[in-house]
Amino acid sequence: MTSAPTALNSYRALPDPDGHFGNFGGRFVAETLMPLILELEQAYKDARKDPAFQKELDYYLKHYVGRANPLYFAERLTEHLGGAKIYFKREDLNHTGAHKINNCIGQILLAKRMGKTRIIAETGAGQHGVATATVCARFGLPCTVYMGSKDIERQSPNVFRMRLLGAEVKPVKSGSCSLKDAMNEALRDWVTNVEDTFYIIGTAAGPHPYPELVRDFQCVIGNEAKEQILEQEGRLPDQVIAAVGGGSNAIGLFHPFLDDKDIEVVGVEAAGHGVHTGKHAASLSAGKPGVLHGNRTYLLMDDDGQIKEADSISAGLDYPGIGPEHSWLKDIGRARYEPITDKEALEAFKLCSELEGIIPALECSHAIAQIMKEAPKMGKDKIILMCLSGRGDKDIFTVAEALGVEL
Amino acid sequence: MSDAIIGGQDRIAKRFAKLKEEGRAGLVTFITAGDPDPEASFEILKALPAAGADVIELGMPFTDPMADGPAIQEASIRALAAGMHMRKTLSLVRGFRDQDHETPIILMGYYNPIYIYGVAEFLEDARNAGVDGLIVVDLPPEEDAELCVPTVEKGLSFIRLTTPTSDDKRLPKLVQNTSGFVYYVSVAGVTGAGSATNDQIVEAMARLRRHTDLPIAVGFGIKNATQAAEVARQADAAVVGSAIVSKIAESLDENGKATDKTASMVTGLVRELADGVRNARS
Repeated sequence: MTSAPTALNSYRALPDPDGHFGNFGGRFVAETLMPLILELEQAYKDARKDPAFQKELDYYLKHYVGRANPLYFAERLTEHLGGAKIYFKREDLNHTGAHKINNCIGQILLAKRMGKTRIIAETGAGQHGVATATVCARFGLPCTVYMGSKDIERQSPNVFRMRLLGAEVKPVKSGSCSLKDAMNEALRDWVTNVEDTFYIIGTAAGPHPYPELVRDFQCVIGNEAKEQILEQEGRLPDQVIAAVGGGSNAIGLFHPFLDDKDIEVVGVEAAGHGVHTGKHAASLSAGKPGVLHGNRTYLLMDDDGQIKEADSISAGLDYPGIGPEHSWLKDIGRARYEPITDKEALEAFKLCSELEGIIPALECSHAIAQIMKEAPKMGKDKIILMCLSGRGDKDIFTVAEALGVEL
Repeated sequence: MSDAIIGGQDRIAKRFAKLKEEGRAGLVTFITAGDPDPEASFEILKALPAAGADVIELGMPFTDPMADGPAIQEASIRALAAGMHMRKTLSLVRGFRDQDHETPIILMGYYNPIYIYGVAEFLEDARNAGVDGLIVVDLPPEEDAELCVPTVEKGLSFIRLTTPTSDDKRLPKLVQNTSGFVYYVSVAGVTGAGSATNDQIVEAMARLRRHTDLPIAVGFGIKNATQAAEVARQADAAVVGSAIVSKIAESLDENGKATDKTASMVTGLVRELADGVRNARS
């Protein structure tokens, strides 16, 4: 076990050189892609050591994305729940309205550095697709986004946004017509266009080095939040919490706090209609380790190893897997993962809108719902720091439908 | 030791030795186990050797076949919808072995269903069923400890896919733990897509032969007898998958069920392909 010695020293030292987080991660891809993945790994290693790359990244994060975004004290929600103080890291205030852009800026700079001339991406809710289309427009590269036909239907505003930004949105009609199938299709594109194409994966999953590099690009969330909470409260929080689909906003928030061992780390999974119903996306709560999309991680599947369709009101969480680092954090007990149903998330969505004047994305509404359960039980001297990963404007049609309101 | 559980490497080596003796290339045919349903699939499987298949690749159905084009994706979906799963795939092989002791069977697919079955148990059951080798698309040499090494230790072949992106630097790593034959994927892409030019294949063969003495089978994009013959002039075997699987799809009734034409349409195509391959060098 690699986890034991690592745990003694640091929770932040992985992956190992082969891309493993304990038993998870790895490089489970078709041979055609292996040389590309090795090339990407080398390019990322070089970029990370290059101060010019970091300088360029910082420039765009500041002037284009609008960082640093605020760490906001959710005063009325705190009062309402009557327990721990609640802070929101406002990723919803980024350009394009979610955390996804942090990673896209990083990856497109890497793509440029590698001389790639065409970008592909997969998207679920459309947030990553919009962020990818945005950076492609900004850097002048052609962009193809694969999106499940079911998601295209429920996220039509984002589809239109991507097209306005000049991206080609390709509907994916295979399998369950959602995020996992979009990822399959993006991999099929990549395997076909090996010479010129860079695949911007939207979450901290997939074959090594993606889980590591996406995490690193998203760590700006946790690094900023850490500085900001120290500034505002003079101390670190008692709990950091975030919603997990693939888990990129969560790992970006968690990672800088992992070695502060008194801080509780909580990931919130989409329980859809309820974990007991089988219609959910809670791979850590109800799945088991398997191999899909380039990595070993917790997956929803049947006894034959066939992948099950995930189910969540939030298209961004509607994925039957999870980033491998979360699987590892769960297994070694450094983080705990809690399921939240569609219904609970909707309640949280409404509450946050009404009390804070912030319409949160359905994804992070799951984290708010978990806070609604936990904050009241915590003392008023405690601090919860949550990643408000995106704005909810994209979800108003879904929410209206769920509430029986006709727009 | 009964004939059915003779180590798989032998059956593959014997088959390629025989092909060499006959001075011709072989035909490797792919079908997905359980497509369009377990019974019809067994009928097709049994009929393949007589129609001219020298080696059989049997796809293990998977919900998320990332490296496959639409034809083989749909074959997987049909098989799974008809209740196919790994144990049934292995019993299909067992049924085949009861009557055919010589035609090598290679199971081809993705790692997860094997991983969930349990690697040791899977290899034991596969060997006992009469499987000769494995092709697992999403296991590059970097993950050899997972399945490749245990497979070879069990006396089965682990057949590696080599691709247009496999350069002289990469190839030694690819052929290291491989046995049986080397599969050359002639185009970068998914199954059933475009095909390589003759020049590209000639060049790739030369590159591969610098790194391995194993027989080389070439596949991807071979749809008819002419293309099969062209490949057969260069390689030790031609692999045909999507075209055969598409024939199955074509033969189904409006409800997607097998018809009395299903097996004969498949064997008809296999016969044409076999003729192409057999007459390629004459």
